This record gives sequence, C-alpha cells and structure tokens, in this order.
Amino acid sequence: MSAPRLMGRARLFGDDVNTDYIISSTRKRESLDPDVLRHYLFEGLDPAFAASIAPGDVVVAGKNFGCGSAMEVAVTAILGGGIQAVLARSFSRTYYRNAINNGLLPLICDTSRIREGDRLQVGGGPDMAVENCTTGERLTPGALPPIMLNILAAGGLVPYMRQHGSFVV
Amino acid sequence: MTGKTISEKILSLKSRSDARAGDLVVCDVDCALGTDGSTPMALDYFERMGGRTVRHPDRIVLALDHYVPPSSEKTQQLHHLMQGFAATHAITLHEAGEGIGHQLIVETGRALPGSLVVGADSHAVTYGALNSFATGIGSSDLAAILLTGQIWLRVPHSIRVTLTGRLPAGVYPKDIALALAGRLKADGAAYQALEFAGEGVASLDLEDRLVLSNLAVEMGAKNGIFPADAKTDAYLRGRTERRYRAVTADPDAAYVQEVVLDLGALVPQVALPHLVDQVVALDTVAGTPVQMVFLGTCTGGRLRDFHQARDVLVAGGGVAPGVQLVVTPASREVLEAMQADGTYDDYVRLGATFVPPGCGACCGTCGEIPGDGVNVVSTANRNFKGRMGNGAASIYLASPASCAAAAVSGMIGKPS
Repeated sequence: MSAPRLMGRARLFGDDVNTDYIISSTRKRESLDPDVLRHYLFEGLDPAFAASIAPGDVVVAGKNFGCGSAMEVAVTAILGGGIQAVLARSFSRTYYRNAINNGLLPLICDTSRIREGDRLQVGGGPDMAVENCTTGERLTPGALPPIMLNILAAGGLVPYMRQHGSFVV
Repeated sequence: MTGKTISEKILSLKSRSDARAGDLVVCDVDCALGTDGSTPMALDYFERMGGRTVRHPDRIVLALDHYVPPSSEKTQQLHHLMQGFAATHAITLHEAGEGIGHQLIVETGRALPGSLVVGADSHAVTYGALNSFATGIGSSDLAAILLTGQIWLRVPHSIRVTLTGRLPAGVYPKDIALALAGRLKADGAAYQALEFAGEGVASLDLEDRLVLSNLAVEMGAKNGIFPADAKTDAYLRGRTERRYRAVTADPDAAYVQEVVLDLGALVPQVALPHLVDQVVALDTVAGTPVQMVFLGTCTGGRLRDFHQARDVLVAGGGVAPGVQLVVTPASREVLEAMQADGTYDDYVRLGATFVPPGCGACCGTCGEIPGDGVNVVSTANRNFKGRMGNGAASIYLASPASCAAAAVSGMIGKPS
C-alpha cells in the first residue's frame, strides 16, 4: 500500500516529549473530545501552538516522542488539531501503537536537519519517504510490517476490526 | 539456532508459534486491565468496532483508580459508565478506594509466571516481577482485546540486567531502579525487554522486584521481567488457585546488551526534576529545601515502603515544620495491613494527610496538588513538569527512606 501524501510545515519539538506535554492529563479529566482537547495541545511547551496549527502541519521531534503515560488522547488530540503525521528519531512504543491504531502516521527517521517551518512532503510512495522541499533532503523511514500498514491503510484499528473482526497476520 | 529469552518463550506459548525477537505475533491475552483513565475511551472504540459481546469477560479486570475520590460530575460519570459495562458483561470491577489497578492485579493473583498480562496504562510493566510478560497498551488495543481476546505484539529483543551482590543498609530497590534509569536513559530500552538475572535477584523480595519492573517503562522498555523462584510461589500462595509454570531463559539465549549492576556498591539515588533519567547520588543535592513529601503510588505505596519511611520519620523525631506529608496506600489491602500493625496510627500521629488508595497525587488527577515553587520528594515513578498537577512545582524521585529523611529535615539528605 502507499500512504496518503501529505504536504505541510514542520513544527519542531525536542527529545523526550511525554504525553502529558502533548496534552495534560488534567485536561483529559474534563473531556475526551479531540475537538475540545486540540485547543490545549502542547500548551505547557508553547501556549501559542494550538492556535497556530495550519492544515497539513507535521510534528517533528527528536528521540522518545510520546514517552510516559499510554493515554491515547495524546494521539487523538493531535489528529483533532488537524495533524496527520509525526516524524521522530524514535517513539515510545505505546505512543507508536496508539498512533497506528488511530491512523496517525508515525515515521521514524533522522529529524536532526529539519528546521521549524520547512516544507515537508510525507508519504505518497510505498517507502513512506519524506521530502524536505525547503532543503531538498530526502529521508527514508524504515518499512512498516504488514499488520501495521494494514491497520493504517484501513484508517485505524476501528475500521480494521470492522473489516476483519480479528487480527490477520 | 540460539536459545530463547524469557520474553521469546512466553510469546511463543501465547502465539502458539516459534517466536523470535523481531517477529510480529498475535497472542492470546491471559488478563487485561483497564482503568478509569483508559477504559472510557476503550468502550467508545469497542462500540465503534461493532462490539456487542466481550470475548473473554473472565480475562478482563477494570479498576477505578485514577479519579479517587471522583471529585467532579465528569469523573463520576466515567465511573458510572464503567460500572454499567462491567455489570452488563460480567466483568470484575474494582471500585474506587480498592486500590491501584496494578497493585490489585498483583494482589489478586492475576499475573502468574509465564502469563501474558497487559494493562491500558503504561505501568502495567509492574507484573513482570512475577515472571509475567506484562506491558502497557492504549485504549484502542484494550478495545480489540475486549472484542477478540487477542493482541499483536512485536517480540522484543532483550537486555539482560545482571544483579550481583546485596543492597547495603540504607539503600533500597528504588535506588537500584533509579540507578538503572540513569544508566540506560529514558529510551535506552525502547522497544526492548529488560530481563533481570543474577544472584542479586534472590536477595530481592517480590515487593522489591515490583519496584524494578515498575520503573522499566521509564527506560522505554516494553517489559521488565524476572525469573520466578520460591519467593514468587510464596507470594502467590493463597492469592490464586490456578496452576502455573515458571518460564526460564535458555542458557544460550541471545541478548542485545548486558548490564551488570553491583547492588553492594549502590548509594541512595535521586531523580532530579523534570526527567526520570536525570539521576544523581542523593548526596550531590543534599540541602535542597523540600515542602512536600509524597509516599504512595504503584512504585512506592506498599506496606514495606510505609514501614521503611515510618522508621526514618519516627527515628528523626517527626515531620519538619513547613513540610506536608501525603500518604496514599496502593490498595485497601495495604491500608488494612497498616491499620493492623499500627503503621496507620503512626502516620496519623506524624500529621500525614491520607488520600484513599488509588493513584493519588501521582498524576495530578486527584489527591493533593503542590503549590507554585514547591519542591516535592516522592516515591513515585515520574517527575515530569506538571505531573502532579502543577507545572510550577518540581518533583524529585527517591526511595521511601530518602523521602522520609527529607520530611524530617525539610531538605534532601541521607537519613540520620
């Protein structure tokens, strides 16, 4: 399969961004609705971030993105904000799973040369390559195993389960 | 072909295949935990997946632990939602006040040697102490388990953590876990298993091993698994009727890394704000003023933790003026044991504030919230900015004894 092609700006974050920094668990206590939570995305790191998201924006981070709590709102709130892909040098495994299960594209690649605001083209081919249109650099994330690709292709675990009723390897 | 690690063996059993590190397998789940932090979303996913019946209701455990007591209508509604689902599908539900889900899984003998137990909460890794392959998942994965009884997993490569020697007096399992976090860093074991081994394992009681397994996720590990021994059997006696078979690693199993920790050489450790892997010897920050001390959580909320802290507090003459001492037993079993042996009364006399068994102040969802500029010393497992509900507070992580010493003197320092 090939992932849908995305085009947008790089929005930079650092290493070890935990899920509470993505969305505070005290916000989650009041609502689980991504449409509500999106207003508080990354509020502790950058209070102006949520209001500045433009369609197509891509979150770009360093190592261990999404560490800490396994709370899934840290994925659904990002999707609720209109962000469809996260590039990171590495992810915490629970964030990675949650991303796949909700159809948020988690791509592992060397993000060290991407700058804030760079124009990125993500996916569009079977290798999920990332094209940095600002610098001309091309990054190639590792291939995803079939079951993850199939869940992503279905649009997440909900449509996948509706189609298959069980896991198919 | 080399032999297998404990993780490879358990996932082979659960997937009925010859599973090797790197393989993707679909496994039958022996038990899955959902909390009030994760289950409401899982039920929404379950419904949208078309779920009507739960595949194996007897393998599901729900625990109301994150919002205890439920202090708003919203959190109360989440509890009602879960209570209704549990009643409809004949699922075991632990009510608010019974304790932290992870502690309850362990106490009720749900995590057995050789089993696969998952929890929709990152600290589900705790049950690795019982030789269970235990890992954290999200709400959507829990929904799929409700529907199918299964989960897909990538079989992790393992890091062997060999423990040698014995802990000196004044040094505790939390110090081992923090030292390991400082060494491996927050992503040092990402996508991998920690497999504990060595003669030092036998010197650790089951309660001690829970601390090490619990912290495994702070190094990015998928699970932190111990071999089972007589101490495991002794802990499980009376907690389960089920038969189990312990799983051992083959002598020629392949590991990606070997870490050796000499317990005898360890000194008290502390993780500095706001990262769990920013670990230093406690001495290096001695004198740091402290305004709040928190004893509790799935890391440090068990009976022996409260004993260790109490002994330091009593020997030191009580809590220093200006320090708030907050106590949250990990479960009602722990609370009752504290009441039975007088520990509870000791803490009451010491002026501690009690929060009912649950996640308490750890994640800022219930319990006491530290004020601006406050330094907290805590037995918990996370010290992220804002973790306890206030981004203007700073959290230090240490052993129960080191936390108690801070309460006695009003500053970080060794117990006298």
